[in-house]
Amino acid sequence: MRQFGGMTKLQLPKILGLVVALGLSASASAQMMINGAGATFPYPIYSKWFDEYAKVDPSVRFNYQSIGSGGGQKQILAETVDFGASDGPMSDENLAKAPGKLLHIPTVAGAVVMTYNLPGNAALKFDGETIADIYLGKITKWNDPKIAALNPGTKFPDSDILVVHRADGSGTTFIFTDYLSKISPEWKQKVGNNTSVSWPTGVGGKGNEGVSGQVKQTPGAIGYVELIYALQNKMSFAEIKNAAGQVVKPTLESVTAALGTAEIPDDFRFSMTNAPGNDSYPIAGATWLLVYQQQKDPTKGKKLVEFLKWALTKGEGMARDLNYAPLPDSVQQRVLKRIEDIKS
Amino acid sequence: MAEAALIAAEVPSAQTRMARPSRLGDQAFEWLTLAMAFTVVVLIILTGWQLWSGSTLAIKKFGFHFLTASTWDPVAEQFGALPFIYGTLVSSLLALLIAVPLGIATAAYLTELAPLWIRQPLISLIEMLAAIPSVILGLWGIFVMIPWLRNYPVPWLKRLLGWTPFFSGAMYGPSMLAGGIIIAIMILPIITSVSREILRSVPDLQREAAYALGATRWEATRIAVLSYAKKGLFGAVILGLGRALGETMAVTMVIGNTPQIALSLFKPGYTLASVLANEFTEATTDMYLQALFAIGLVLFGITILVNLLAQLLLRTIATQSVTRAVQ
Repeated sequence: MRQFGGMTKLQLPKILGLVVALGLSASASAQMMINGAGATFPYPIYSKWFDEYAKVDPSVRFNYQSIGSGGGQKQILAETVDFGASDGPMSDENLAKAPGKLLHIPTVAGAVVMTYNLPGNAALKFDGETIADIYLGKITKWNDPKIAALNPGTKFPDSDILVVHRADGSGTTFIFTDYLSKISPEWKQKVGNNTSVSWPTGVGGKGNEGVSGQVKQTPGAIGYVELIYALQNKMSFAEIKNAAGQVVKPTLESVTAALGTAEIPDDFRFSMTNAPGNDSYPIAGATWLLVYQQQKDPTKGKKLVEFLKWALTKGEGMARDLNYAPLPDSVQQRVLKRIEDIKS
Repeated sequence: MAEAALIAAEVPSAQTRMARPSRLGDQAFEWLTLAMAFTVVVLIILTGWQLWSGSTLAIKKFGFHFLTASTWDPVAEQFGALPFIYGTLVSSLLALLIAVPLGIATAAYLTELAPLWIRQPLISLIEMLAAIPSVILGLWGIFVMIPWLRNYPVPWLKRLLGWTPFFSGAMYGPSMLAGGIIIAIMILPIITSVSREILRSVPDLQREAAYALGATRWEATRIAVLSYAKKGLFGAVILGLGRALGETMAVTMVIGNTPQIALSLFKPGYTLASVLANEFTEATTDMYLQALFAIGLVLFGITILVNLLAQLLLRTIATQSVTRAVQ
């Protein structure tokens, strides 16, 4: 049904506006409705936060539509929602369209893992160059010397590698191609980085389930999926050599470690792939809430700030249970400071 | 109407007042139905206009080239629809190739040959096929159909027809073939149901006349029934094609989503509807979104074009049979 969600997106603001207007006029005094829209990746944790926050402050209610990062950015730019959500930072071009100053509030992070289907399913190790070469179509056999060199002792079959990638636009692809663009100049020049790219090789699966389904069904296949999805489905995945030359297992800890060492500018529009540090898992990315610095509705703005503060403190504690990597303390403090800047 | 007015003029005024509301009702009914019919037209025009206005930037930038270029690169913002047009047409045609003989043969069996106790259960089963959600069909495609295809029919097809470009190369799984078969399954119920209705409406006189002339069952079915119902059956096929062109979810899950033009049915492909479903939600830049709207416009255009062509074909078939009858 996702395709219908996308098609009706343009009408959604109008319908939402109507619903909100009706809802507000009916129960303006009883409850305040704060509307948000955007990324699908953090939807489970955001829902959990909204649920829990209803116990903290019963006077506000949240309505979050997980319509995708593209929709989230569009709607916050059109000011049809009170906050947006995106799996990638907004581009300068899109940010310039904002009617006021838009703040990026990072909330949690996730990772992308490499999953594969080989006889025996030995634990494998990869590095960035090898993954780039596989996805560029330059390494086509499992017994390629480059793969063998990273995995001494493992015997590889002389079979074709079937490359599987996401077919739908997604933050997962954004993180994955961002990483490959940093590692391989050839990738950067030929393919580049986006929520969806022109793939040099392979087949596309729809969603994490589409990719993992194809990998599971096809001997010799390799694909990338979200860490959360791999953990929940108990899939095996590869360890990756990071920028410091260490081979790191993708875990919530190694993602939080990457957040701690990634270079994060003051506007919080950062990329945390290939982060330095011995413990950092290199293929990871954060997700953001998008909020205007100057809030139009003073009471609503105040409530939103209260919620954000709660989410970045108490809320972060709930991340691990849902397999999201929380922000490290250093980043958390900086974000909380930035939330203070929101005026209403 | 005139008569009613005449009568109304003759009878007392109380009854005139009674006659008037009935005319008003007629008028209202006419206007209402006209409005309903008109709504459909307006809806189609509005959809076309919305797609057009949503893609003006892309149309201005790429022009006619959009239809002939085969790069789809959201990073470099170079967009061309050709692989998607190709994929849509080929997968739909493949589906028709499978579903039309199956559907019409099933319909012929149900109306002409099947014993009564088999008829109703079979009809219900076929209608149930239409009720399967496309996501379920897609998942079934990934986990059951594709592995089965890869293990049994494909090696056999390769041995038999591997020398043609249509069955060359390795099949890893998701492919145009898988997409075509899934679409065929999805349009089978509509083709069968509509064909069955049409064959049922063939007058029994036709069959009796054929039998009277000493025709066998097969001859009677072929000459008196199928040939008689040709026009209607063609309509059933077009209805099926309409659905095939727009089929999205299940196809997306099994076709491989690779924008390439490959003759081999074992290679992955991509359809217009699939790329819309896949990329619409996460398209962040203006040109990207515009290009997707343009894809929608192309799909809209193809659907209209196919329908127009069908009308034309239908008319030729009709005139042909008329001239043959005259001769």
